[in-house]
Amino acid sequence: MYTVSDLRKGLTIIIDNEPYIVTSFEFVKPGKGQALYRTRLRNMVNGTMIDRTYRSGDTLEPASLDQRSMQFLYKEDDNYYFMDNQTFEQTSISEEALGDAKNYLIDNLTVDVLLFRDKPIGVNVPNFVNLRVTKTQPWAKGDTSGADSKPVTVETGYMLRVPPFVEEGDLITIDTRTGEYITRVKE
Amino acid sequence: MILEPVSILPGLRNSPASMNWQLAKRQKALWTRAKIVQGIRKSFIDRGYLEVETPQRIPAPAPESHIDAIPANGWFLHTSPELCMKRLLAAGYERIFQICHCWREGERGNRHIPEFTLLEWYRIRTDYWGLMEETESLIQSVVRAIGLTDRIVYQGKEINLAGPWQRIAVREAFSRYAHISMAEALELDRFDELMVQDIEPQLGIERPTFIYDYPAVRSSLARLRQDDPSVAERFELYIGGLELANGFSELTDAKEQRARFLHEEAYRRSLGKRPYPLPEKFLTELEIMPPSAGIALGIDRLVMLLLDAASIDEVVAFTTEEL
Repeated sequence: MYTVSDLRKGLTIIIDNEPYIVTSFEFVKPGKGQALYRTRLRNMVNGTMIDRTYRSGDTLEPASLDQRSMQFLYKEDDNYYFMDNQTFEQTSISEEALGDAKNYLIDNLTVDVLLFRDKPIGVNVPNFVNLRVTKTQPWAKGDTSGADSKPVTVETGYMLRVPPFVEEGDLITIDTRTGEYITRVKE
Repeated sequence: MILEPVSILPGLRNSPASMNWQLAKRQKALWTRAKIVQGIRKSFIDRGYLEVETPQRIPAPAPESHIDAIPANGWFLHTSPELCMKRLLAAGYERIFQICHCWREGERGNRHIPEFTLLEWYRIRTDYWGLMEETESLIQSVVRAIGLTDRIVYQGKEINLAGPWQRIAVREAFSRYAHISMAEALELDRFDELMVQDIEPQLGIERPTFIYDYPAVRSSLARLRQDDPSVAERFELYIGGLELANGFSELTDAKEQRARFLHEEAYRRSLGKRPYPLPEKFLTELEIMPPSAGIALGIDRLVMLLLDAASIDEVVAFTTEEL
């Protein structure tokens, strides 16, 4: 059993016999009051979102999901195709079910595909991935406006804010748990 | 002396790739934070307050149902400097303030971090109404000191800081926003849940809000209202939905305080929480403490408000996770 202190984004639990993943999690505590844990959860089978509030002392049932190491092959329409590294079988997962993980899927990336009762329902990406910057605004000379970050697009189409010194073509490390820029990779 | 921020960003443009960007990008916020703290300090010094520093490792924290102290070598890290500061009031100090780090176990979220910074101040011969006025003028003067106007924007909401600020009783807030009475919410053990879900987001939206007269059971160190002992003379300040400060008229009846501590401690132990010894020296000296009022204001939260930051992580030099 999990306790509320295990709650974090990405945790998978069982509610009413179905697997849910925590997509957002907020710790709140009104003045001198008790701690409350507000969560938004996504049903990993059909994609519906629900809100649940937990209190200290509550327990949650872990979702026992199988994991299989697979390689990301390609995307077609709204489906992402993967190949099992051992059996070479192919399988697909919908964009909806992938959630934020789709932001980090580049060709040939090896990920852990999650299965619930033999049905693929999502993937675990590594905590850190390196992605190349494909679009950015060049730093304007003499710009002293003081903006301390700028938006860029990386090769998967994902957009994020990075320090001003990052340029098009740079390889950057992203923390997949927060979606934030970590560092520029020396090549 | 008020420090002027230097232009830091040109250097950043050519910084080595290995620089810790999460730390580097907060430099501007930390300059503002420092100015805010300097502004607060100056405001208190100008009004004749004595700045004190009381020990942060103490033998006996005040037992409170939902606040947990972190053990430190047989004693505890304080969750607020309240008991030590009140002992100074009992020893003849009339106006004191302190800016210090406090610790609360397990509190981590967008608005919480287990080690945070509190401003706490106490004044004799005043009550919670007096403190509300003082808080209002303190924040207005700090806002001016960092060069902002009375109109600020927090997370898309425009707030007018010019007075007078809104004052609303907790009981009224429940009937207005939660559509269930305060008594009923307590009865159903839904007080905190409704406070967070339905009431807090409505507070301090166009102008700051003091919400006052909390249920007696939620105010273990505050004086009860003489004309209505079901509530205590306690208030919270909200600006833009953000809880900033908690203040009250101090309970000075030592016998009553002991009974409340025993009650809170029994509740804590029933939940299997770490037992605290009773703060005996505080309880003894409370007998001669003059009528007074005190308040704690979260410095990190004030900085969040004035910098329009959604998360406390944006306004501290290091988060716990970065250590």
